Amino acid sequence: MTFRDIAPIVVLIALLALVPAFISANTVLNFLVFTLIIALAAQGWNILGGFGGQFSFGHAAFFGTGAYAAALLQVRLGINPWIAFAIGTVAGAAVGWVIGYLSFRSGLRGSYFALVTLAFAEVLRILANAATFTGGAAGVLIKLDVRPGNFQFESRGAFFWIALALVGAVLLLTGWIERSRFGAQLVAVRENEAAAKALGVDTLRVKLGAITISGAVTAAAGGLYAQYFLYVDANIAYGTWISVEAILAPIVGGLGTVFGPLVGAVALHGLGEITKLAAGSVPGIDLMVFGGLLIAAVAFAPAGILGLLRRSARSRGAARNA
Amino acid sequence: MLEVQNATKRFGGLVAVNQASLKVEAGSITGLIGPNGAGKTTLFTLISGFEKPSEGGVLFEGEDISSDEPHVRARRGIARTFQIVQPFAGLSVLENIAVGAHLRHAKRSDALARAERVGQRVGLGPELDKSASSLTVAGRKRLELARALATEPKLLLLDEVLAGLNPSEIRDIIPVILAIREEGVTILMIEHVMQAVMNLCEQVYVLAQGRIIAEGPPADVCDDPKVIEAYLGAGAAERLKREKVHA
Repeated sequence: MTFRDIAPIVVLIALLALVPAFISANTVLNFLVFTLIIALAAQGWNILGGFGGQFSFGHAAFFGTGAYAAALLQVRLGINPWIAFAIGTVAGAAVGWVIGYLSFRSGLRGSYFALVTLAFAEVLRILANAATFTGGAAGVLIKLDVRPGNFQFESRGAFFWIALALVGAVLLLTGWIERSRFGAQLVAVRENEAAAKALGVDTLRVKLGAITISGAVTAAAGGLYAQYFLYVDANIAYGTWISVEAILAPIVGGLGTVFGPLVGAVALHGLGEITKLAAGSVPGIDLMVFGGLLIAAVAFAPAGILGLLRRSARSRGAARNA
Repeated sequence: MLEVQNATKRFGGLVAVNQASLKVEAGSITGLIGPNGAGKTTLFTLISGFEKPSEGGVLFEGEDISSDEPHVRARRGIARTFQIVQPFAGLSVLENIAVGAHLRHAKRSDALARAERVGQRVGLGPELDKSASSLTVAGRKRLELARALATEPKLLLLDEVLAGLNPSEIRDIIPVILAIREEGVTILMIEHVMQAVMNLCEQVYVLAQGRIIAEGPPADVCDDPKVIEAYLGAGAAERLKREKVHA
């Protein structure tokens, strides 16, 4: 990666880092932290789905693993929350590798792969809901103990910065992938697997690499979620909602782009919040906005918001040249 | 360099390739011809590893590669093009070629530089920044060739790279293929365009109904009654000879 690739990411993150200095309203920070967690989960999905073309419908499997690992390791085993968070991320990578190995080795792709990932996530949800170790349907409550060493903070701003730092790190990671051999091969697999094989791409290894990284990133989002809300249950951690969120943001923002998931998450949740404010207490109104945005994106901007911006920039450039 | 030994490929009850053997000498251009449905492309998939032979084996540089996956064979130095072109449609021409170049060049900048050179060599220079999906048929055939070449192969398998091109496009691309051979790349090509086969190949194998029915220099093979009958039907060779005598 060159300076020119890194600079926009650093500038964006630095600008966003200033937000808590101007806004201290808890509701707004709450919204921002939540949006960043979604963005992080979506960034994970985007590495596998956007760059690799392997559409997972079960990223909840990773999100939930990260969330449960972070919560259970500290509650049940007394492990430091920071370390529990790190272990959760690694566990997400491991779950990713296992799901990838089982499904890619048997040549599953397209909707079959999507269905299998959905099945894995559902199995994990049901197991987590039933087992006593995970607290069953009652879930796990993380004890309130506000100390930075304990991954709990007085101000929501601190959480915002941590979430932002993680999002920034994954932006850099994604930027590196985009400019690397691994990324070129991953995109080649997305575009045409047979042709990629003929050109010497070990497609199984590339896809496994992608789902492993993807699992780790989305698990980190789950760990962050658990640490922020201090509560996890099966329907939150392994629920379909997060799988859908992780897919929607990149599709709306721009599939297979570095900034797509972040842009998409901000656009979706920003609009969702605004409509909630405007419409008052109509339940599920934000979901209707999500649906509308998704249809609009698929119909009018298949390359997402970023694709739309790029296209209009190009046509403006063309108009100037004409 | 390449040796196919008694390769057989069955798809259920259909025997697509039946006890086919062929040899490709290092540095040569070898042709593989035959009527439609003869099993030429299937034989190619056996050589490139996309299908495994039901019986028989494939040797490359003296080693048995029959059980190697396609990407391993590519690493060994076997590159193939696809009869039905398979561009990475969402990528630019340069990025397409760079995927091939990445096989031997880990660094992005090296791969792109290599891809640019290869692209220019096959005559895609002006198109490098365009989307692969915007290319004409002739352009896509060149792209297939460029991608395969970018892997720096020892053996290049060309599956009908001339099909669908007009005569002037064929005239343009033949020198490119000859130049590739000059650089030491061995070529095995499936081709229907006989003008090209006669001009390019030193050795030709004829496949019909899965079997190799003739081999030799192109001029000899074209006179072979078995070959004429494979293309034109039983008795055609006799009839042609009679007509020649009468004429």
